[in-house]
Amino acid sequence: MKILVGLGTCGIAAGAEDTYRALREQLAQRQPACQVSETGCLGMCYREPLVEIHEDGQRFLYGNLTADKVGRVLDEHVSGGRPVEEWLVWADDGRGAEREFLARQHRIVLRNCGRINPEKIGEYLAVGGYEALAKVLRDQNPDAVISEIVESGLRGRGGAGFLTGMKWRFTRLAPGHRKYVICNADEGDPGAFMDRSVLESDPQSVLEGMAIAGFAIGSGDGYIYVRAEYPKAIERLTLAIAQAEEQHFLGDGILGSGFSFHVKLKEGAGAFVCGEETALIASIEGRRGMPRVRPPFPATRGLWESPTNINNVETFANVPWILVHGAAAFNSLGTANSKGTKVFALAGKVRRGGLVEVPMGISIREIVHDVCGGIKEGKEFKAVQMGGPSGGCIPAVLQDTVIDYESINKTGAIMGSGGLVVMDEDTCMVDVARFFLDFTQRESCGKCTFCRVGTKRMLEILTRITEGQGQEGDLELLENLANLVKKNSLCGLGQTAPNPVLTTLKYFRGEYETHIGNHKCPAHHCLALLTYTITETCNGCGACLRACPAGAITGERKQLHHLDPAKCTHCDACYRACRYDSIAKN
Amino acid sequence: MTSAFEPVRSQRRGPAAQEGADLLVHRKVDFKNLMYAGEKGVLIPALQRVQDLDGYISRERMHEIHRQSGIPLSQIYGVATFYSQFRLRPVGKHIIRVCHGTACHVSGANGITKSLEERLKIITGDTTPDRLFTLETVSCLGCCSLAPVVMIGKATHGNLKPGDLGKVLRQYRQAGKEVAEE
Repeated sequence: MKILVGLGTCGIAAGAEDTYRALREQLAQRQPACQVSETGCLGMCYREPLVEIHEDGQRFLYGNLTADKVGRVLDEHVSGGRPVEEWLVWADDGRGAEREFLARQHRIVLRNCGRINPEKIGEYLAVGGYEALAKVLRDQNPDAVISEIVESGLRGRGGAGFLTGMKWRFTRLAPGHRKYVICNADEGDPGAFMDRSVLESDPQSVLEGMAIAGFAIGSGDGYIYVRAEYPKAIERLTLAIAQAEEQHFLGDGILGSGFSFHVKLKEGAGAFVCGEETALIASIEGRRGMPRVRPPFPATRGLWESPTNINNVETFANVPWILVHGAAAFNSLGTANSKGTKVFALAGKVRRGGLVEVPMGISIREIVHDVCGGIKEGKEFKAVQMGGPSGGCIPAVLQDTVIDYESINKTGAIMGSGGLVVMDEDTCMVDVARFFLDFTQRESCGKCTFCRVGTKRMLEILTRITEGQGQEGDLELLENLANLVKKNSLCGLGQTAPNPVLTTLKYFRGEYETHIGNHKCPAHHCLALLTYTITETCNGCGACLRACPAGAITGERKQLHHLDPAKCTHCDACYRACRYDSIAKN
Repeated sequence: MTSAFEPVRSQRRGPAAQEGADLLVHRKVDFKNLMYAGEKGVLIPALQRVQDLDGYISRERMHEIHRQSGIPLSQIYGVATFYSQFRLRPVGKHIIRVCHGTACHVSGANGITKSLEERLKIITGDTTPDRLFTLETVSCLGCCSLAPVVMIGKATHGNLKPGDLGKVLRQYRQAGKEVAEE
C-alpha cells in the first residue's frame, strides 16, 4: 500500500502540508510499513488537498482531505479495508463523485502529474522517462527527430501556435557553431497556471524535451527562464537538474554518447513583456526586457547573437511522448490544423476549477459544462475569457466554438497559453476589459508610442465609463485607438493588448451603452453606478455607521439605520463592514 | 510617489540585514562568482541576490555591483527600475501580496486590497510605520481556484472575504509580539 499527497502550490495553500504531516505521524504509530510519498498536482484544484491511496494496483482518490479527516480514512480504509465513500472523488472500481472531471480528459502533457514524485528521478524513469532521449541518441539522426516533430503537427503552446518542428529546422539550418535552447517558463498571463503545474509535478519531462531539442538543432546549452513568483517550481527544477546530471541525462557525454547538453535556470524578475521571445532574450542577457524588431528571428540571431530556439513548457513536455508513441499517435488527435491536446487552466465562476487536458476539437461548452460542471451557485454562464490579456471574451452564444487555433482566432480571442476564466452574470464586461487593459498598460515596456500612450488613453476612457463619466462618442474613440495600437506596435504585447476591449465591444456593446447612456451597470459591479440602500434585515449594530467616511449613514443603536444617497460616495466601505448582508447595491 | 532614493541610512533594512544593522559593507557579495563562464548576463542575478539579502536594493549596493562588474550605473538603475520584482525602498517584516489575477479580480480582489489598506492605514506599495507589513499587489500567483488569494511571506491564504482579514493580520501581529517578548 502506498499513499500519495498532492503537494503543488494550490495543494499547499489548501493545507496539504498539514495533511501530509498528519498522515506521516499517524501512520508511523499504526502501520509503519505503509509508504507516504508526495506528488505534484492532479489538476483538481477545487478539491485540494488530494490524497491518493494505491492498493493492489487499485487507485482511490480522496478530495478535500484536510488534516482532521486523516484519522477516519486511516481507520476505515487503511486499517479496515473499507474506503470512505462520501469523500471519494475517484476510484478505479467505478466509485467516486467527480468522475466526469477526469473521464473526459486525455492526458499527454499531464501524463505524470499527480502520479509520480517530482523530487525523485527514479519515479520518472519507472514510468518510461528518458526513453525518448535514449532512443534519439541511439539513432543519432537529428533530421529524423525534426521530421517526426513536424509530422506530429505539434504547434507552439505558448500562444502563437507556430509549428514546433519548423522552428527547430530553422534553428538547425541557421549558420553558427554555438546554438541555444530556451524554455519559456515565464507564464505571465493572469489566470494561467498550467506551466507552473507541469514544472512542479513533472520537471524531468521538460528537461528531457529540451535535451531532445538540443540534440535535434545541434545545441549544447539550454536555459529555463522561469518566473520568480513560482518558488516551488524553481526549487523542484533545481533538484531535477541536479538529479538528471547525476544520472547522466544532462551534462557532458549524455548516456555514453558524444552529445552534451547543459541546462541553466534563469529567474525572471517580473515583467510580462518577457514572454515575448526577443524581450526574454534581452532579459537573460541581463538587460531591460524590451523587444526588438524581427527579423532577424531568434532562430537565426538570438541569445548572445547565436541561433536560438525558444519553446514553452507545455511544448517541451509533449516532445518525449511524441517520440515514444510516434507522430501518428499524436496527430490522430485533434482537428485538421491543430493536433494533439491542450491543457487549460480553468478558473473564475466555474464549479470545478483546475487543470484539464482535452483533445483539440472539443467545444468550449463541453469543457465548461461537461468536464467542469458548469457555473458555480447555478448562475448564468455569460462568457469565457481566453488567452489572458492578449486574448478576448467569447460569449456564451458562441460556446459551441471548437478548440483549435483557427476557430478561436475567428472569434477575436486567441488560444494563448490556455488560461480560461469563466464569467457569470455578475461579471461586468466593461470592468473585465478595463482590468486587462490596466494590466497591459502597466506592463507595456514603453518602446512603442502607440502601446505606451495608446493603452493609457484607452484605459482612461474605460475607467471613465466604469465611473459613470462616459461620454457620447467614447466607444468610437475606443475602437479607433484600439485599431491604431494593434497596427502600430512592434511586439505581441501591443498588437494584442486591445483584444479584450475589441471583443467585449463586439459581443457586449449593449453593456457599454448602458454604462454611458443610463449610468447603470447591468452586472451590479461598477461601484460608482450603484445605489446603496440599507435593507430591513439591518439590526442596528452600527458597523456601517462607523465605517462610512462620508457620514451618510444615520440611526440609533439596535434600530434600522438609514443611508442618505445624496451624501454617499460609493466607496463600498459599509458593504464590506456589514456582517448581516443588510446593504443592498442596485 | 516619493523619490526612489530616500535617505535610508538611518532606517532599518529588510529581514536578512536586521540583526546587523548598518553592516552593509561587511556583507560583501562576490558578484564575479555569479557569472557563468565566458558569458555575460550577470546583472539580474546579482540584483536578485542583493534583494534576497537586504530585502531591497540600496544605492550603496548598486555602486558595489558597478565597482565589481564594471556595468554602468545608469544601466543598473535602468534594469532595477524596469522589473517589478526589484524594490528600491526597505520593506517590512511581512510582505503582503494581494493577487490581482483575472480569477481573483472577478472574485473581489479589489475589496481585499481596499480592506487591507483601511486596516493597515497605508496604501499599496507602502510599509506600516512599525515596519511589520508591506502591502503589494501581484499580477497572478497561479492559485486561481482559491481566489481571492493573498500571500503573506511564503504562506498563501485563499478563499478570503474582506471580513476575514482582521483575523489573518492578528495572527502575524501576535506572532511578532511573542518573538519580541522571548
